[in-house]
Amino acid sequence: MIEWLLEPLREPVVLRSLLELALLGLIAGTLGCWIVLAGRAYSAESLAHSMLPGLVGAALLGLPLVLGGAIGLAVGASLIALVSRIKVLGSEVAVSVVITSLFGAGVLLGLAPATPAGLNGLLFGDLLAVGFGDIALAAAYAGIVLTVLFVLHEGLLVTGFDRINARAIGRSPAPLDLVLALLLAGATLVAVQALGNLLVVAMLIGPAASARLLTERIGPMMLAAVAIAWAAALAGLYASYHADLAAGAAVTCALVVAFAAALLIRSLRELVTSGSRRRGRGAQSRGLRLRSRRA
Amino acid sequence: MPGPVTSEASLVACNRLAARYPGADAPAISSITFAVERGQRVALLGPNGGGKSTLFRVLTDELAPSSGELEVGVGHPALVPQSERSRLDYPVSALDVALMGSVSRLPWWRRPSRADRQLARESLRRVGLEAEANTTFGELSGGQRQRVLVARALVQDSPLLLLDEPFAGIDAPSAELLAQLFDQLAAEGRGLLMATHDIEQARSWDLVLCCNRVQIAFGDPSQVLTREVIERTYGASLIPLPGDGPLAITPPHHHDHAGEDR
Repeated sequence: MIEWLLEPLREPVVLRSLLELALLGLIAGTLGCWIVLAGRAYSAESLAHSMLPGLVGAALLGLPLVLGGAIGLAVGASLIALVSRIKVLGSEVAVSVVITSLFGAGVLLGLAPATPAGLNGLLFGDLLAVGFGDIALAAAYAGIVLTVLFVLHEGLLVTGFDRINARAIGRSPAPLDLVLALLLAGATLVAVQALGNLLVVAMLIGPAASARLLTERIGPMMLAAVAIAWAAALAGLYASYHADLAAGAAVTCALVVAFAAALLIRSLRELVTSGSRRRGRGAQSRGLRLRSRRA
Repeated sequence: MPGPVTSEASLVACNRLAARYPGADAPAISSITFAVERGQRVALLGPNGGGKSTLFRVLTDELAPSSGELEVGVGHPALVPQSERSRLDYPVSALDVALMGSVSRLPWWRRPSRADRQLARESLRRVGLEAEANTTFGELSGGQRQRVLVARALVQDSPLLLLDEPFAGIDAPSAELLAQLFDQLAAEGRGLLMATHDIEQARSWDLVLCCNRVQIAFGDPSQVLTREVIERTYGASLIPLPGDGPLAITPPHHHDHAGEDR
């Protein structure tokens, strides 16, 4: 058993992947909490997918993936902003149209014979090919994300909790929205080498969504999200090593299992405590008058 | 009725103030002339859509006046919004919400200090919710949530409080506690401007401002709140009670009108 646990850790490739995932888990776990609480999971997914043509283009031209991804993100974001101006469609439709077009364009480009890396690598990343440059980039970005989130914590809290009155209290939502969007774009870029265009979304949303089911405060939610991301990384890498599965996909599967487990735990907990206390989420739809607390 | 009022002691003074939402043809409010001084409790009466929330938005600097003068004295006014519009699914405690008031006194890069935390606890104590400091906001009763929002305004430590129908739909103990607290706050020298539909309560306050898109009246309730003024303020929604008793207005609907008069 101990040998089963230790054996993968003797492989430098596994250790590098683990380190990269730990850093990405730190970034995605903390940032993902604000994305989930703001209800922006869909935008996060769209943003990640819209950079595919940029990634493929970079692969075709032999440029760094990060550069291509950045250009792809900028083009995607501008197009979404443009199409959102068509009033009859609404922004959700606009986003869908733009990302499916860009994603489709990316797939077409990726299937071109001239593309060296192959579409697989761009969509699902190549965790085991992560180098020290990627790890250094992730570490630096983790530092930036944690610092920004720490400094802006109360502002993010106010604008998230009481968006309509946030300005009256002293924080405008718009600049904070922009900061979150930029941090998110940066995170998808930093994670793209390891996790690819599709799996990066799982890392950003999965741990935070699971953590929300288990916690009732932001601080514990962030800690839980990071812990879940780390646990899934470890489980995924072991599964990948011993069962010979694709590493990124194995980690994503572990995240899905974690979410299912969180859902189960929450349901059991609600079953036990129902009648005496209702938990925050969903209280609105169940009717406030059901509450038995004294005023 | 007093004319245009401005004085050194005014926490806020408006002179023929008007405000218009972007893209709207007509101003949402106009000819608003009143002042709130330290220690004064001013009731703001008006129908739904009569401009009460708009006036608050102008006073909190969210909407620029389109004409007239507005002078806001020391400090930014603290807004106490209707608790019915707050998010119940947010993972925050009563203490977290109260502490949010501190951001209005802090630059964007500063985090609340130990002293701010202490003030948040003290403010929760003043609204009688010391014991619920660690309860999730969404689990509190409607009246308790309203009191937490008042505590948040106390943490803002502003000399002027803007109260948006603080008594709407809350339980009797909460209402009693808040009424006492508002009197105390006025006695401390703070000014209070409260949007309300309760004419009888408005009679017990120091001044009343009646507003139905334009200002109808401002002054001492005993002189201002005549049947004619109330009818002009509320249009046709006035129902006389039998006998010589007080006038009543049809109860406003508080649900499902989010954004209606914003």
